[in-house]
Amino acid sequence: MKVTIDNITLEVEQGTTIMQAARQIGPEIAPPAMCYYEPLKASGGKCRGCLVKVTAGSEKDPRPMPKLVPACLTQVQDGMIVENTINEEVLETRRGIVEFLLLNHPLDCPVCDQAGECHLQDFSFEHGVSNTRTAEERNTFEPTDLGPNIQLHMNRCILCYRCVYTADQITDGRVHGVMNRGDHAEISTYIGKAIDNDFSGNIIDVCPVGALTDKTYRFKSRVWFSKPVEAHCDCEKCSGQVTLWYKGDEVIRVTGRKNQWGEVKEFICNTCRFDRKKTAEWTIDGPTQISRHSVISANKYGANLIQPAFPISQAARDYKLINDDRDRSFLTDQIKLEAKK
Amino acid sequence: MKILTEHIDVPGIETIDVFCKHGGYQAVEKAIKKMTPDEVTEEVKKSGLRGRGGAGFPVGMKWSFLAKPEGVPRYLVCNADESEPGTFKDHYLMWKSPHTLIEGMIVSSFALGANTSYIYVRGELMYVIHILEKAIQEAYDKGYLGKNILGSGYDLDLYIQPGGGAYICGEETALLESLEGKRGNPRIKPPFPAVKGVWQCPTVVNNVESIAATSWIINHGGEAYAAIGVGRSTGTKLISASGHIRKPGVYEIPLGITVEDFIYSDEWCGGIRDGHKLKAVVAGGSSVPILSAEMILNTVDGEKRLMTYESLSDGGFATGTMLGSGGFIVMDETTCIVHNTLTFARFYHHESCGQCSPCREGTGWMDKVIYRIEHGKGRKEDIDLLVDVAKKIEGNTICPLGDAAAWPVAAAIRHFRDEFEWHIEHPELAIQPGAVYMRPGASWAQ
Repeated sequence: MKVTIDNITLEVEQGTTIMQAARQIGPEIAPPAMCYYEPLKASGGKCRGCLVKVTAGSEKDPRPMPKLVPACLTQVQDGMIVENTINEEVLETRRGIVEFLLLNHPLDCPVCDQAGECHLQDFSFEHGVSNTRTAEERNTFEPTDLGPNIQLHMNRCILCYRCVYTADQITDGRVHGVMNRGDHAEISTYIGKAIDNDFSGNIIDVCPVGALTDKTYRFKSRVWFSKPVEAHCDCEKCSGQVTLWYKGDEVIRVTGRKNQWGEVKEFICNTCRFDRKKTAEWTIDGPTQISRHSVISANKYGANLIQPAFPISQAARDYKLINDDRDRSFLTDQIKLEAKK
Repeated sequence: MKILTEHIDVPGIETIDVFCKHGGYQAVEKAIKKMTPDEVTEEVKKSGLRGRGGAGFPVGMKWSFLAKPEGVPRYLVCNADESEPGTFKDHYLMWKSPHTLIEGMIVSSFALGANTSYIYVRGELMYVIHILEKAIQEAYDKGYLGKNILGSGYDLDLYIQPGGGAYICGEETALLESLEGKRGNPRIKPPFPAVKGVWQCPTVVNNVESIAATSWIINHGGEAYAAIGVGRSTGTKLISASGHIRKPGVYEIPLGITVEDFIYSDEWCGGIRDGHKLKAVVAGGSSVPILSAEMILNTVDGEKRLMTYESLSDGGFATGTMLGSGGFIVMDETTCIVHNTLTFARFYHHESCGQCSPCREGTGWMDKVIYRIEHGKGRKEDIDLLVDVAKKIEGNTICPLGDAAAWPVAAAIRHFRDEFEWHIEHPELAIQPGAVYMRPGASWAQ
């Protein structure tokens, strides 16, 4: 089947979604995904970050679709024409989505463990606006412990439901879900129960923001100061294929291996994640491939090698154009005034 | 012309004996004994009956979209989760005359080939649920429900499911989730309920009033029903009239009377309460755009606006509104539109399910901004902010609740922008209890 996304035509199999087709082209074309997670069934459609414009439904019926459609759920038809980054309506809507997601999100990136590998940071950097229009107080929640190793910061949660699907699909017994409605909805375990099974740690990996944190890693380091290394071990519960995060000679964190889109390739067990933190327990496979413009690769391989991606360079260029009060020093104003006198 | 409420004031109509004495259950006899399911569907198609829940989609068409794979059961679900502010017609019908609904359910289920049907009733209406359950038991005893109805070999079981008290469960896919015992989150469409509905089987979800009207259509024929009304708006409609009118209540009107008639004639609302005059009308339940007095009475072309689907939406959202579910809220000069919009925005903020981000965050944001304006803390840019937020919610959500939340706010600003501006410019006056902005030249007296 033929599909055209942002004027690039490619052949895909039947049943492919627009998101999967766009990902085949590359990260410049792929719509952002805050809730869609390919390994999890039924995920997607919630954040509305991947809304795209379909200007022609199919070869047979070339009418445009009346509304923007979620790329993660809409299957491509033969001859479909999709506009993603070249459509102003889509970009405007995405600006709105970023604004909505950040509305009740505390901007505590400086103390958040996820900073540097946060999907919401990337999303708002690439698609958001630099000023805020809200004067309202944010909804707040208290951090809660989900079992001995996981802490939930509901303030940061964007209700993508990824952890709910993870808990439903890879672990037994349904204890993890959403309570309440609307913007006071919260992720919770069944009446404050701990999540107690061998694969519960994976909900940390799937979280796109810093809402679910690893208590063995909290506040130990910033992501960009640690160095990821692929490793494996013989584990009777899981595949044992992990990424070790080193700070100096010390393993400070163990996560699953993630692909280009931040999706876990194989879920790992809690023993690997929380208990095996000595180099001697692992066989090192080699360094993890990190995209060059990721902040994780910064300061490691020579600064001049890092080429900013297009949206980043554009954002840097546009930044000066924005009339931001914070740019104007109160001193410069005074000097100008005095010069006038 | 009365169809659904013809015998509603007869004492004892809630019992099956009195109901049968007034022509009840004849449609069941006629449909099951003399007609095939396809003939029933055809008759409903001919009648031009449109969904009475709000969207106005033709019922017969919806029925014919139902997937009919071999060996898979089909279901009919009656949406009695009427929770739209301003709408109380289904409540009235089920409470006064439960058998009207049950008769329609049997006829409709027969047409769709459903052997199990559900009535999903709003949880707050517990006493109505008791009335319905009693009525269903009577129908079982008389042989209109159960195995082998009237010796025809057709089986039907009818169940009642009380809702848990959420507005969102009136959305058809959220209703099905709730019916299955899950959290009432709307499903992502497609697949539509006609293909994969309750228990992943083909399902039709219809409003109480649509289903109740089918039995009259079977009795009198589709053409007789289509003869009432104007154009594509056929038949009668229950309107729940509320607000500053002399005679609030539920009225059954033939579609096609003028709005002016409906508000001022003694047969219906009886005019605005003494000494006041009409300011604004919300014509179809809280989620449709509000219109000012001039706009609701006449269209832009200067014609009198009629109580029909087409005439009320004449001019699009720029100058029109929608018939919706028929919750007709009338407001006189003493109503503060900002306060009214705040009430609606607060409702949608409370009822958003929280699944998709534009609705979850946007409804809360609009509520908070309007709250500030109403309480004298508005900023000049807030009005444009509200318009922009409403625009970004509309059409970008999983289910229509996002649209329903955005429309009233956008329309209130579109038609009553001066009132919002007054609240921002004169906070000291706006925070006075009962303060209402008067347009220059407007007066309280009629």
